[in-house]
Amino acid sequence: MPERRVYLDHSATTPIAAEVYDAMKPFLLENYGNPNSLHSWGMGAREAVDESRASVARLLNADPGEIVITGGGSEADNLAIKGTAFALKEKGRHIITSAIEHHAVLHTCEWLESQGFEITVLPVDPTGMIRISDLEKAIRNDTILVTVMYANNEVGTIQPVEDIVRTAKEQGVRVHLDGVQAVGHIPVDVKALDVDLLTLSAHKMYGPKGIGALYVKKGVKVAPLVHGGGQEFGLRSGTENTAGIVGFGAAAELAMRRLEKGSVESESRLRDLLISGITDKISNAHLTGHPVARLPFHASFCFDYIEGESMLLRLNAAGIGGSSGSACTSGSLEASHVLLAMGIPHELAHGSLRLTLGKDTTEEDILYVLETLPGIVSGLRALSPLGKESS
Amino acid sequence: MMYSEKVMELFMNPKNAGRMENPDGVGEVGNPQCGDIMKIYIKVKDNRIEDIAFETFGCASAIASSSMVTEMVKGKTLDEALGVSNKDVVEELGGLPPQKIHCSLLAEEGIRAAIEDYRQKAGIN
Repeated sequence: MPERRVYLDHSATTPIAAEVYDAMKPFLLENYGNPNSLHSWGMGAREAVDESRASVARLLNADPGEIVITGGGSEADNLAIKGTAFALKEKGRHIITSAIEHHAVLHTCEWLESQGFEITVLPVDPTGMIRISDLEKAIRNDTILVTVMYANNEVGTIQPVEDIVRTAKEQGVRVHLDGVQAVGHIPVDVKALDVDLLTLSAHKMYGPKGIGALYVKKGVKVAPLVHGGGQEFGLRSGTENTAGIVGFGAAAELAMRRLEKGSVESESRLRDLLISGITDKISNAHLTGHPVARLPFHASFCFDYIEGESMLLRLNAAGIGGSSGSACTSGSLEASHVLLAMGIPHELAHGSLRLTLGKDTTEEDILYVLETLPGIVSGLRALSPLGKESS
Repeated sequence: MMYSEKVMELFMNPKNAGRMENPDGVGEVGNPQCGDIMKIYIKVKDNRIEDIAFETFGCASAIASSSMVTEMVKGKTLDEALGVSNKDVVEELGGLPPQKIHCSLLAEEGIRAAIEDYRQKAGIN
């Protein structure tokens, strides 16, 4: 085991915060009632679910009645997109998305295509941003939904969401934002944005896995995917995951406290230390994504001449946990669709590395990475036939 | 971990790694689009692989496969070396995950390409 362990894969998942765990525990043990039951066991659980829903709503500046709890971000994306498609199919069958979406959005859109819907996939610029002019051109009379991400998981770019929402709404088109990477880390205000649907996930913000939510603006109709007892305002049946929901609520409270205390600034400072350190110390290291409009905890790079999985495994041997969009890490032998959509060449896309900071990441952690990574990159480059004059 | 101990050991400390000066034969296989390039250098004496080196751009299994195949063929006659298959490499590595088998194939092809290059240069068919 390496002496130091530095987890820098918070975009993949975050640890459950201690206060979140403490809040959940009673609902795994003594407070086991079904929130739908009319006795003290059930009523106690119902009260906890309602309070937690209110916390999640406050984080977004939403009303509690607009928060539909789901079994995670992917399910919420599915509910937003398929639920809109089923609800509005008489109005139109055209949906707009982008080339850098999470697979929970892209594969859902592809499936709808097989069901007779038409999908337009917007390109992005080299920083991973959607161009508003492309969106304007893509909107048609039969467009029923624009579904794009608030911020990208692989390169950290924050989309011009205000402009995206305004552009779509001017044409009367509903907007869904996948906010999984953004919510809890930057201020997100659904009322100010006037967005219709927004996905969030607890385990990306120090809550438990397997629980997420879809914000559904009052009056916006979506068809349910899970039918049954009518829980979650009829949009997601099934007995509530009480402990998970309570954990989500506690995670939302924590996120609000952190944002109030200036987590965006403190995380950005460490992120920038990491980015400038890596691009200064390592030649042919390229920051991917937008240099300024990016998530405060997110640093992502491509390195010439080496491959991502090799970097990850050698980093892991040094106690550092990162991730890569390299083909070899996906099992598909295809380089990341996000990096390719940004115009990054295949061979460079194979050399991607993502390091995402968390609330407990310290400056010492960053300095350790800056001490360790250059040697790993140069070691792998020494093994590589690329980037050397031919013999 | 999805890799065998042997794969991790060779990936962390590969044998015969690096460029060779004045090789008798060079084989380069794979392509950067797929994220794997393997370059094998050989020195040949009395029809035997006297020395061998590799450079690889690729994942852990590509690097481990390169290292393993160079160890397996070093000192062998050229015909013996041509008899080393990717299955032999996988076996010596203690197995590879299914999606990584192509890395062992590159190792087999790399040796073949290096020997072919040597024979062409030496005018041997």
